[in-house]
Amino acid sequence: MGSLRLSRITKSFGATDVIKGVDLEVRDGEFCVFVGPSGCGKSTLLRIIAGLEDATSGDILIDEARVNDTPPSKREIAMVFQSYALYPHLTVRDNMGLGLKQAGEAKEAISARVTEASRMLSLDALLERRPAELSGGQRQRVAIGRAIVRTPKLFLFDEPLSNLDAALRVATRIEIARLHRELKATMIYVTHDQVEAMTLADRIVVLNGGRVEQVGAPMELYDNPANVFVAGFIGSPQMNFLKAAPLGLQGETVGVRPEHLEISREAGEIAGTVSHVEHLGGETNIYVRTEPHGLLTVRRFGSAAYGVDEAVFLTPDPTRRFFFDAAGLRIRA
Amino acid sequence: MSQARSSLPRTIAAHAALLTYTAIALFPVFVIVINAFKSRRAIFTEPLALPDAESFDLVGFQTVLKQGDFLLYFQNSLVVTVVSLFCVLLFGAMAAFALSEYRFRGNMMMGLYLALGIMIPIRLGTVAILQMMVASGLVNTLTALILVYTAQGLPLAVFILSEFMRGISDDLKNAGRIDGLSEYRIFFTLVLPLVRPAMATVAVFSMIPIWNDLWFPLILAPAEETKTVTLGAQVFIGQFVTNWNAVLAALSLAILPVLVLYLLFSRQLIRGITSGAVK
Ligand SMILES: Nc1ncnc2c1ncn2[C@@H]1O[C@H](COP(=O)(O)OP(=O)(O)O)[C@@H](O)[C@H]1O
Ligand SMILES: [Mg+2]
Repeated sequence: MGSLRLSRITKSFGATDVIKGVDLEVRDGEFCVFVGPSGCGKSTLLRIIAGLEDATSGDILIDEARVNDTPPSKREIAMVFQSYALYPHLTVRDNMGLGLKQAGEAKEAISARVTEASRMLSLDALLERRPAELSGGQRQRVAIGRAIVRTPKLFLFDEPLSNLDAALRVATRIEIARLHRELKATMIYVTHDQVEAMTLADRIVVLNGGRVEQVGAPMELYDNPANVFVAGFIGSPQMNFLKAAPLGLQGETVGVRPEHLEISREAGEIAGTVSHVEHLGGETNIYVRTEPHGLLTVRRFGSAAYGVDEAVFLTPDPTRRFFFDAAGLRIRA
Repeated sequence: MSQARSSLPRTIAAHAALLTYTAIALFPVFVIVINAFKSRRAIFTEPLALPDAESFDLVGFQTVLKQGDFLLYFQNSLVVTVVSLFCVLLFGAMAAFALSEYRFRGNMMMGLYLALGIMIPIRLGTVAILQMMVASGLVNTLTALILVYTAQGLPLAVFILSEFMRGISDDLKNAGRIDGLSEYRIFFTLVLPLVRPAMATVAVFSMIPIWNDLWFPLILAPAEETKTVTLGAQVFIGQFVTNWNAVLAALSLAILPVLVLYLLFSRQLIRGITSGAVK
């Protein structure tokens, strides 16, 4: 009850092509995250799924029924926005119930579903308040509650945590993951934050410039990126890209994650000098300037006593290297 | 305002400037009102004196209320102003919503065309307007005035309101669409309340020229039963003798409704004017 299929979706605003042919399948009950840099078309794609924007070409199928010409309110979807988008003139209760009221549901049924949703999100004490009397985190919970009340086939989230502070962001992230387990609903979640994507997703869709770069489970993308873009986007700190020729290796670039670079004062493959050290407590990031690879990041767990301008040597773990050709595509051994 | 940026001399200077301006702006009104309560002789001998026991005289008001049908004139002015304002705000807001919300061919051109009226005074078209009103049999009706004033007020309304509406979050409107609200419901229940301050600004700026206008009532609706207050007050200004008591009394009375409407809008108006600066 709630699968989605996109086939050859494109979208242009005047002369600019924003979505350039997206094919995608989201299975029933899946938590699917669209991730990509700002401006790559994630929100546009989500709005096309919701029906708030018409696709220039291509088909949208929900539960295998074509919905291109179905208005948003009839697509059985619910959406949670970055800016909460609560109706300022209605109480929390009426905010949550409006969609059902418009659909002509009976009063008792609406109030039962609102009660159920407010129990799940512990909103009971807030039901008679107006949005202006709520904090940011509470507003976002109400917006999520409004989505739950509709019992949609698809939940759509557009960067719902971006306006929250760091602590609330983690708490709400956990809340959304719990809701997904309890409701077993299909959820599509847009974010530019790869940490959110990694922690929430069953499957991640990496978008770049209006195209899908790669689709896969979080660890699949981490362990097996298809190209330079995905390799660089997933994982933090970012993967290092070394020039292949000076190392005598195949392809154009070699990708090595910061945790797979060995650092030593005595000997190694690449010589360099320490340019900056970040102590994060549990781990330490060491930035090393090298010829001819530029600035490389080394991640050490625990603390590491390296001083700025110290001469060091780096050695990539030979089993954890990724090779890419001149076009940025992965060369698989 | 922060302590660091406000100092006593600055505050005094600012208030001095504002008080001076207030005095200059209110002086003519003050003179009109005090003289309305004086006898004809007192008006000319001591125009700036306050009415005292000797010079106090209500003859102006008595004349106004006796002669002509001033109550009717008032009613005409009110009907024309309120209905025109309502039309300007309603149609202006609707046009502004369409221009700011929907992408369609010629959107930009339409916006420019509608804003053109801000720069071109509608009086240039008086002859054509009169011909149209004659052809449609609307001369000497309040409808004629309402139509002209609505046309006169729309450009500024569309211009200001569409700027404000562009600033309203898309997410809110989209949430409404997903919940199945019609575009009309979205406009009336979600968008209009958020542009209330801008509506008040438009209302005040459109209202005063309508209430004060002499030109169109004189040309389009000079009949006794459609006279407005400004036109009605003209009967006291003769070619050779002017009944100053009556003119001043009529003008004093004409200030009242504007004052009431202004007070109704003023809180929103101040929010509208300052919102751009403070946000
Ligand atoms: N209504 C619009 N008109 C013109 N261009 C738009 C419109 N909406 C979005 N775009 C453009 O489409 C691109 C993708 O936008 P969006 O989907 O919002 O990106 P994001 O991935 O950050 O959510 C951006 O370059 C944006 O400028
Ligand atoms: Mg976005």
